[in-house]
Amino acid sequence: MSESATAQTEWPLWEVFVRAKAGLDHKHCGSLHAADAKMAIQLAREVYTRRQEGTSLWVVRSSDITASDPADKDMYFDPMADKVYRHPTFYVLPAAVDHM
Amino acid sequence: MNATAESIRLNFTPTLQYVLRIGDTCLIHAQRLAEWCGHGPALEEDIALTNMALDLLGQARALLAHAAQLEGQGFDEDQLAFLRDEREYFNLTLVELPMRRSSAHSPGGDFADTVLRNFLLASWLKALWTQLSASTDSELAGIAGKAVKEARYHQQHAGDWVVRLGDGTAESAGRMRTALERAAPYTAECFLRDGIDSAAQASGLGPARDSLQAVWTSEVNAVLARAQLSWPGATPFVSTGTLGCHSEHMGFILAEMQSLQRQHPGGRW
Repeated sequence: MSESATAQTEWPLWEVFVRAKAGLDHKHCGSLHAADAKMAIQLAREVYTRRQEGTSLWVVRSSDITASDPADKDMYFDPMADKVYRHPTFYVLPAAVDHM
Repeated sequence: MNATAESIRLNFTPTLQYVLRIGDTCLIHAQRLAEWCGHGPALEEDIALTNMALDLLGQARALLAHAAQLEGQGFDEDQLAFLRDEREYFNLTLVELPMRRSSAHSPGGDFADTVLRNFLLASWLKALWTQLSASTDSELAGIAGKAVKEARYHQQHAGDWVVRLGDGTAESAGRMRTALERAAPYTAECFLRDGIDSAAQASGLGPARDSLQAVWTSEVNAVLARAQLSWPGATPFVSTGTLGCHSEHMGFILAEMQSLQRQHPGGRW
């Protein structure tokens, strides 16, 4: 998105990731507007973790995320299903490996 | 319609008044912050201000429930919050002043007043809770132990705003200076010592207000320096909310707070 004069009067958008407890991954839980990273962390705490939802927060500028194009969905994701050899279950493991 | 509720009459002791000073300060500050609900400058900050109001209301509720027990006539925290006469509230006058906006009966008040007052009070409450968590009254110590974490966060959140606006544009810096000039005279009351303070300190109930001043001053000045702000000169004015003598704004706050409980005594929803 281009940073036009009008866009700059609004705080940029941040994506918020919350870790529910130690050992688990940070999970994306939503987004918010904030002027900078420090404010984004504080406001993430206000908006997303006031009810004991988490033990750790990450925020990242939404504009720093590179996303796949929905128009590329067929090309990127469909071909996987019909190629059974792409899945580990296609291969017979030696008995010695057993519970891999 | 039900009969209008009468005011309750409390049997005051120095201990009760000490607890009410803190509980009422949290209560009225919460009420002022809650005026921002739905009016915040951004959705996220609106939620933040309302969350802080709820933290303070929770602290007020715990303290008023405890005060009701100390008082001994069987009142509950709702009756203490909503059915006293103005002269029987003992909050700092600072928390009564207009915060969100001015009106015909309350000049002054904007977002700069809000973040500044929130910062000054969070710093004061943090110093108070820290000492109060060693109270000989175990219930008071428990309330303080929980509240100190909330106050630390309020101080950080509001302090960041003070720096952001004070060290911001010419407009925001000017508004912060005006807010500081408005609030500063009312902080003298935060550090007075009277008989109630001395009794509390002597019995181990809690700190006297003057013992909070050193840590408060150093923390506040550190943030003001980062915000390119300086404390205005001292004035001889001393406010008297903790004695039950309030500013002209208090009656309007109480009218708004009390109207439901007065019209529907004991109402719950």
